[in-house]
Amino acid sequence: MTVLDERRAAPPQRPHPRPDTARRRDRSIRAWVRRGGLTTLLFALPMILVFSVYSWWPILQSLWMSFQKTNLITSQFVGLDNFVNVLSDPLLGRAVLNTAYFALLALVFGFPLPIFMAVLMSEVKRMKGLYSALAYLPVIVPPVVAVLLWRFFYSASPTGVFNTIIGWFGIPPQPWIQDATQAMPALVLEATWAAAGGSIIIYLAALLAVPPELYDAAEVDGAGIWRKVWHVTLPQLRGVIFIMLILQIIATAQVFLEPYLFTGGGPNNATVTVLLLIYRYAFENSLGGKYGEATALSVMLALFLAAASFLYFKATQKWSTD
Amino acid sequence: MSTTLKLPAVPRRRRRRASNPDLGTERGILSLHDRRRRPVRMGQLVSHAFLLVGLVVVGLGPLLWLAKAAVSTTQDTIQQPLALWPSGIDWANLSQAWFEVEVGKYFFNTVALAAGQWVIGLIVATSGAYVLSILRPAYARVLQAAVLATLFVPSVVLLVPLFITVARPAFGPSLLNTYLGVWLPTAANAFNILVVKRFFDSLPFEVFEAARTDGAGPFRMFWSIVLPMSRPIVGVVSVFIIIASLKDYLWPKLVLPDAAVQPLGVRLPNIQSQTELDVTLAALAISTIIPVVLFLIFQRVFLRGAGLGGAVKG
Repeated sequence: MTVLDERRAAPPQRPHPRPDTARRRDRSIRAWVRRGGLTTLLFALPMILVFSVYSWWPILQSLWMSFQKTNLITSQFVGLDNFVNVLSDPLLGRAVLNTAYFALLALVFGFPLPIFMAVLMSEVKRMKGLYSALAYLPVIVPPVVAVLLWRFFYSASPTGVFNTIIGWFGIPPQPWIQDATQAMPALVLEATWAAAGGSIIIYLAALLAVPPELYDAAEVDGAGIWRKVWHVTLPQLRGVIFIMLILQIIATAQVFLEPYLFTGGGPNNATVTVLLLIYRYAFENSLGGKYGEATALSVMLALFLAAASFLYFKATQKWSTD
Repeated sequence: MSTTLKLPAVPRRRRRRASNPDLGTERGILSLHDRRRRPVRMGQLVSHAFLLVGLVVVGLGPLLWLAKAAVSTTQDTIQQPLALWPSGIDWANLSQAWFEVEVGKYFFNTVALAAGQWVIGLIVATSGAYVLSILRPAYARVLQAAVLATLFVPSVVLLVPLFITVARPAFGPSLLNTYLGVWLPTAANAFNILVVKRFFDSLPFEVFEAARTDGAGPFRMFWSIVLPMSRPIVGVVSVFIIIASLKDYLWPKLVLPDAAVQPLGVRLPNIQSQTELDVTLAALAISTIIPVVLFLIFQRVFLRGAGLGGAVKG
């Protein structure tokens, strides 16, 4: 975020190092073309086109679509109706709580794990590449495959994969995703498995950047291994940890695939998330999508996330900068 | 926050580290002295064993299990899912999945979808970064700000309006059930442009000046100088795009409602609900093959790209 323009400043005489001639001040189109303005524009064109049609325009469109009722052909302004409809949906509270629960579980169980693994992995000297590769393997499995595979693992029968494993330790078979209280933790477990490898690699890269002198200095001051981890390693990772934390919160607030494919929101609405609700509004209605409601809910979620990240950066600013 | 990125330096450093593991210059948390102490050595041994066993079981285990289940009978998989050896190998699963369930057709859809997404995504990312980093016209700053701003918009906001844009464009035919409906929106990826731009920024500017003095135009400079110098980053972004394409589910599902053009990933839930378990598992195994093979071949690029993602995010 702050990284963009640091090195940009260094060579100021970059692309058109022409001296201050009359031609340069000439702003006519022909001079612009002669200077290569047209070819530059040609290079910029793919980016401009793709972004304006598929990014900038839809973002703007979402703002006014949330105040409209549309059936793709005609649309009419309905004021705040969409927001009122969404907010009075009895499922909304449930979806918000479920999403928050998912995010909380992922934060408590899924977030520290990659940091711990990366610190351990950074200290082994042999087979480091092998470990990174093994840790990263789940990340490259397509999420659909992962979810369908885990759905089979979560089979509630006594011979299900996980039930067999916990049976070795004398634990009776569990219903897993078929039970309203166990479903969400089960989804978090799979999501953690699928995502941890990527975070591990990022933390490993960040650990490489910790200056070794700091450890030397800590040792001179008599620090043991644990104190080095606590007082040198973790503080040095602070910046990355802060960013990863907010990115994870933003990602988990938009969780869709796991509830959609594992449970479809069930059992008893225990895994309905906000994004699943948006999807249902827009795409699961045989009478034509409630696009207005879906957009209104998307906009509310996005505004909430923007406010949350803003507050988060404000709050962590004083710790994350040295 | 401001981790500066020096791309070529990272692998070099890693390699040196790997070749002289005991050299004291590149130390971590443990010092040489620490490493000589007996309890630390024991701890190292334990953590080594923990990492090896844990990562093999958790990372590799499910994939090995899937490979086994793909060639086992349904009976075996349901009754004794964790038996090391199935009672017999059922190769027919694979051919049944490939031909009868038409996994083969969807597999080629997946490849076509990923290939097009790769080409278009790469064109947009490299040409865009070339403009923002090297050509730098007067409007580059505005353009860059507008592109980067999209990084901060959560994808959920885009879902419905983007779907409507693709399904009912302002002009031209609907892109529903065409691959362009997937290729073009996914090419609007600010992250890839940013990654390439930052690499272009680190290229020596003198080379471009020399080329310009020798009369190379923007096209020639792009094709013969910038791109050949940028092989590492083009590799990384290629991996980003192709893996994103293979992992994507919701967007292709929305844009490609017609089963005949759907990629395998989108098709799998339907296959699962309509087919016997052993054949389904064979289909799952087949759809895991491309990403896993790509990963085994380009492992270094994958891991460098994953670490790079963190550096840019930071």
